[in-house]
Amino acid sequence: MDIQSFFQNVINAFQWGSFYALIALGYTLVYGVLLLINFAHGDIFMVGAYIGFFVATFLLGTYAIHLPFHMPHLVIFVATLVITMILTAGVGVTLERVAYRPLRRKGAGRLYIVITALMAGLILENGNLALLGASRKAFPELIHDTVYKVAGVTFTNNWILVVLATLAVFLFLETIVRKTKIGMAMRAISFDRMAVPLMGIPIDTVIVFTFILGSSMAALAGVLFASAYPVLEPYMGAMIGWKAFIAAVVGGIGEIRGAFVGGFLLGFIEIFVAAVFPSTFRDLISFGILLVFLSFKPTGIFGVARAQKI
Amino acid sequence: MRKCLWLVVLCLAAALAVSPAMAAKQEPIKIGFNIPLTGDIPKVGEGSKFAAEMLKEKIDKEGGLKVGNKTYPVEFIYEDNESKAESATAAAIKLITQDMVLGIIGPQASKQAIPAGEINNSYKTPMISAWSTNPQTTKDRPYVFRACFLDPFQGPVAADFVTEQFHAKKAAVLYDIASDYPKGLAEYFKAAFEKLHGPGSVVAFETFTTKDRDFSAQLTKIVKSGADVLFTPQYYDEVPLIVKQAHELGWKKPIMGSDSWGSAELMNLCGNDCKGLFFSTHYAAAGAKGATKEFIDAYQKKYGYVPDDVAALTWDATRLMLKAIQNTGGLTGNVEKDREAIRNQLANIKDFDGITGKMSFDYAKNGGDPSKCAVVVKINDKGEFEFFKSVCPH
Repeated sequence: MDIQSFFQNVINAFQWGSFYALIALGYTLVYGVLLLINFAHGDIFMVGAYIGFFVATFLLGTYAIHLPFHMPHLVIFVATLVITMILTAGVGVTLERVAYRPLRRKGAGRLYIVITALMAGLILENGNLALLGASRKAFPELIHDTVYKVAGVTFTNNWILVVLATLAVFLFLETIVRKTKIGMAMRAISFDRMAVPLMGIPIDTVIVFTFILGSSMAALAGVLFASAYPVLEPYMGAMIGWKAFIAAVVGGIGEIRGAFVGGFLLGFIEIFVAAVFPSTFRDLISFGILLVFLSFKPTGIFGVARAQKI
Repeated sequence: MRKCLWLVVLCLAAALAVSPAMAAKQEPIKIGFNIPLTGDIPKVGEGSKFAAEMLKEKIDKEGGLKVGNKTYPVEFIYEDNESKAESATAAAIKLITQDMVLGIIGPQASKQAIPAGEINNSYKTPMISAWSTNPQTTKDRPYVFRACFLDPFQGPVAADFVTEQFHAKKAAVLYDIASDYPKGLAEYFKAAFEKLHGPGSVVAFETFTTKDRDFSAQLTKIVKSGADVLFTPQYYDEVPLIVKQAHELGWKKPIMGSDSWGSAELMNLCGNDCKGLFFSTHYAAAGAKGATKEFIDAYQKKYGYVPDDVAALTWDATRLMLKAIQNTGGLTGNVEKDREAIRNQLANIKDFDGITGKMSFDYAKNGGDPSKCAVVVKINDKGEFEFFKSVCPH
């Protein structure tokens, strides 16, 4: 591989890794607070992409009704992002209300909640399939693709947006969790769920807040993903969700830095394996590497071993 | 009383005088159609039936089909196979043993054509499937033919086309290794291209697996490989992603595809990125010329929509069958002997001028598969699939 291809693949890996990182952040937030693996998260990402599709086509006036005014595409894009994040956060909170909270109230074990999460994911996938059919949707091109070429390496404006958004999200979440009161409450719940309510902290509010954060990040990932890969289908979230979960585990689940680093690590491994070997071996080799890594450091890169009470 | 008798005699005489001419016309040539009028793919059955009805009208207007020195009326019998394999075999048996047809058109899909072909072969009745591309349909069955080309044929077609059109000396291929159709086609293309330009002329032979969304690593290699053209025999939901990412990575050279691109959905998903690209297929409605255009216009006028490839191929298949009947030089009236004669003619039809391209059969060499030209389609600026060129095998 010559130096130009190498840098081009670094660029490619940054985009691909960004999506893993954004989705992994959602897994890690919920796990960090509830010690719950929210397997429906990949499908919330899918729901985010679809909501983004409907909001964008609605604002463009190509879906349902014709709006009486025209907006510039950039405004539509920003509005799509914001509205999609709000609506998807609503989906995430509803999921928590309907599926997880009743079980938690009844004192069901974590295993049951994880199984419920798996089922919720399948319901989202197949509900979408039943509602919208199997035909693919094309995400409208809101930001016109501009290709930049610097020293033989190409990237697009969309690429810049994706990478910057991922960095911004990372800094934003780090600040919230480390520097704010609600962040402290989140960490406290993760530390001891029994003692926290005794301090007068409304535990359900904190949990809802966590789901809002995680789901809106998934929505952000969904809209950015759909702009970069504009073909939507109901099962688009399943595989990428599982892989992002693995990225979160490798980074050390529960750690925001871990999800970030793990996502990019997985992106880099996947792109470089496909660049060097036939891509059929991609998943085989990349997950082989991760498996070996985990067997040496089972808690992941930033993870800390903690005593589990079962 | 006497007047009455005279009338009867007159009537009888008149009947006798007319009857020799009538007798010749009362024996119609019967062709069966084993098509899915209901079931999963009723649109395929509808298109087939409409095309056949149009052909029958045309023949009726000409007064019938001339075979040898006699003119026969034609009768088309439509049997619904419900798009099921077992109904297709039942329909074939009914057409052969009860309706005593001379030949059968269909079934169209390989799922029904393979079992029905077995029935036709054992009853020694010629059959032409218009649409089935699976090699099994005609394999080792001397009575079974088809009117379309097989999948492997598109590989050489694409290789010839890019060599002639773009003067390509080096080619790149990107395909899904986990799916039969793209994998087969990619390998056939590679073999054909390397035969033309020497080993190693396919400079990048890159793969991915079904459901992949990011092809940047593979496309980076392809862009760097210095290939003159990219061949990607993928389905319409992957093509937009491949094409978009290729353009983003700086690929400005031509991209070529196969008939799996030919879905109306492609342009909904792909938009501007796919305009100006090429793919090979059976038939193109936009920009058609000559007899093909006449067929499309007549069909659209009569039924209100542009005919798809099944309708066009059914038209050709039925005309092939009638041509073979004409080539026998005269029918004996003995159904079994006539079927045999028709089959022998069908096996050696040369340069048949179909609306989906010129076809020749050579049973000794190719079995029941025609050697025919493929159509290369260009996606024009309006996003229509426009006829660009016809590419024929050597």
